Amino acid sequence: MAFFLLRRFGTLIGTLLAASLVVFLVLEVLPGDPAQVMLGVDAEPSTVEALRRKLGLDRPPVERYLAWIAGLATGDLGISYTYSVPVSELIAERLVLTIPLALIAMAMTVAIALGLGLYAASHHGKPGDWGVMAFGQLGIAIPNFWFAILLILYFSVHLGWFSAGGFPGWSAGILPALQSLLLPAISLAIVQAAILARVTRSAVLEVLREDFVRTARAKGLSRRQALWRHVLRNALIPVVTIMGLQFANLLTGTIIIENVFYLPGVGRLVFQAISQRDLIVVKDVVVLIAALVVVVNFLVDVLYAVIDPRLRTQR
Amino acid sequence: MTLLAVEDLTVSLPTRRGWARAVRDLSFALDRGQTLGLVGESGCGKSMTALALMGLQPEGARVAGRIALDGEDLLTLDEADLCRIRGNRMAMIFQEPMTALNPLQPIGRQVSEPLRLHRRVGRAEAEREAVRLLDRVGLPNAAQRAHAHPHMLSGGQRQRAMIAMALACGPDLLIADEPTTALDVTIQGQILDLVIELVDERGMALILITHDLGVIAETVDRVIVMYGGAGVEEASSEALFDYRAHPYSQGLFAALPQIGLARGARLEPIPGTVPDLADLPDACTFVDRCPIAAGACRAAPPPPLAVARGHRARCIRLEEARNRSIR
Ligand SMILES: Nc1ncnc2c1ncn2[C@@H]1O[C@H](COP(=O)(O)OP(=O)(O)OP(=O)(O)O)[C@@H](O)[C@H]1O
Ligand SMILES: [Mg+2]
Repeated sequence: MAFFLLRRFGTLIGTLLAASLVVFLVLEVLPGDPAQVMLGVDAEPSTVEALRRKLGLDRPPVERYLAWIAGLATGDLGISYTYSVPVSELIAERLVLTIPLALIAMAMTVAIALGLGLYAASHHGKPGDWGVMAFGQLGIAIPNFWFAILLILYFSVHLGWFSAGGFPGWSAGILPALQSLLLPAISLAIVQAAILARVTRSAVLEVLREDFVRTARAKGLSRRQALWRHVLRNALIPVVTIMGLQFANLLTGTIIIENVFYLPGVGRLVFQAISQRDLIVVKDVVVLIAALVVVVNFLVDVLYAVIDPRLRTQR
Repeated sequence: MTLLAVEDLTVSLPTRRGWARAVRDLSFALDRGQTLGLVGESGCGKSMTALALMGLQPEGARVAGRIALDGEDLLTLDEADLCRIRGNRMAMIFQEPMTALNPLQPIGRQVSEPLRLHRRVGRAEAEREAVRLLDRVGLPNAAQRAHAHPHMLSGGQRQRAMIAMALACGPDLLIADEPTTALDVTIQGQILDLVIELVDERGMALILITHDLGVIAETVDRVIVMYGGAGVEEASSEALFDYRAHPYSQGLFAALPQIGLARGARLEPIPGTVPDLADLPDACTFVDRCPIAAGACRAAPPPPLAVARGHRARCIRLEEARNRSIR
């Protein structure tokens, strides 16, 4: 088990380094002068030259990359060009929104998907099953921003239950803050839940056909008992895999959803930084998102080992 | 004293071409402590019979007839009552020890599960009993092995765990569906001996499904030969090895020497192929492959006719079959 974790942790570090290298290469080394990009084609050559020095672009790429990585490791991410504040502060104040939003959305996704998936599988071929499948198809077909707009129109504009956007901040109290995250979280969760529900359903149906389920029934377990005690955990392996992948989707989803709901989160920060060509922020945030995805995948691997003893003894 | 009385058991399966009868009008009775063998070619309905007895036939299957356990007709019981009987008064061992155990649970837990379910004992007590059972079925180091997951055990050890699981609640009836077929030849004998020993020791009745005629000859009191879902011949194993009345049984045993039948003696295929279930006529199921079939054989399913005391065959041309076997 320790060996397993160590190996996966090594993979995690390796992936992070690879991701940072790709980001660095794309943004700073490939043809195109970052300083020129940030200032626009009309900028004075002297201004561009000044920025180049300020950004350290006059130093060799290897040195710049190492300095950047060292900064990342110590939390020193440089100063944002447009905001003139440390990028680390900028990101920290946005993360307190995006992380809770992503976690709430993921929790909703898992709850809805497991509930519907199990229900559909245990009512295989009956109307309830078709209903879940139809929901799944619909959820996959609907883009989340469109669904977000529908939610705003109905719950905010028509019913007036929620504000149509914005975030009061955690200082305004937990409840108002959570309330403003509810519709965005639902918009993010529905699509993912639709996909995950279908995955859960087919995983459960697959496991239901296994011999050991028949053994469980031959011991005297009812269908329901066999489902909870023997089927569910076996079905979780593919479900957890997809969950890990979905977390990445969810994070990219926040870029759109935070913009639809005017939420000052990391997603909105990326969007703004890109439109203002603040490459310093873009670079750091992209690596941060990559890191989140990689860490979640590491957690997924750990979860595999917790679920399946066969992986623990594997070399 | 009759433990299990099966009357006209018929299992119909839904197929694209309509209902296919995988078991047809099967009747037999089994006393306490008695052992019965089911033999026949692949697909003749042995497993389906076993599953129907347990009430575990595939979804959508129709089961008709009567299955009386201690006089109580199981087909009239609801699911909750059947759950109280399964694993408790009747238990089953399956063919594939590799897939018949839950890969994510330690075997001790799986063996103790029927006890927790039917005996309402606490977890610790149930697990202690599981270790005793695992020890009894010959799993070395049972106390430690109880914590092992199935993938850490060999096929034979897993099958021992399966047997321990089936024995947990001391059932009156044990159904073993080819319990050794998937195992290494070297341990097949050990596992079978273990089953027989435990059946003797606990006075259980046994239904043993097998392809192995040698096993039948050595271990069971009575035999039913099945073909196309029908029980075509039933006799004590001695009587059957002495004389086969049904043309199908005669074909089945044809290539085997009369005496000195050893374990591992496999059923010899007889000419022709087993027809699809849905294509079997509503008559004698063997009619299309039978060397002595006559017009009347296609008219209706043959009734069981007495060959001798306790020896019956579903064939209306027993006389011709006898003459043929003498020649
Ligand atoms: N779930 C199912 N749906 C439809 N037909 C089935 C199903 N399971 C089995 N059958 C059919 O029922 C018939 C009897 O099958 P069964 O498994 O009882 O045979 P068997 O005698 O146990 O054979 P084997 O020696 O290969 O185990 C076969 O023709 C099989 O194709
Ligand atoms: Mg079978």
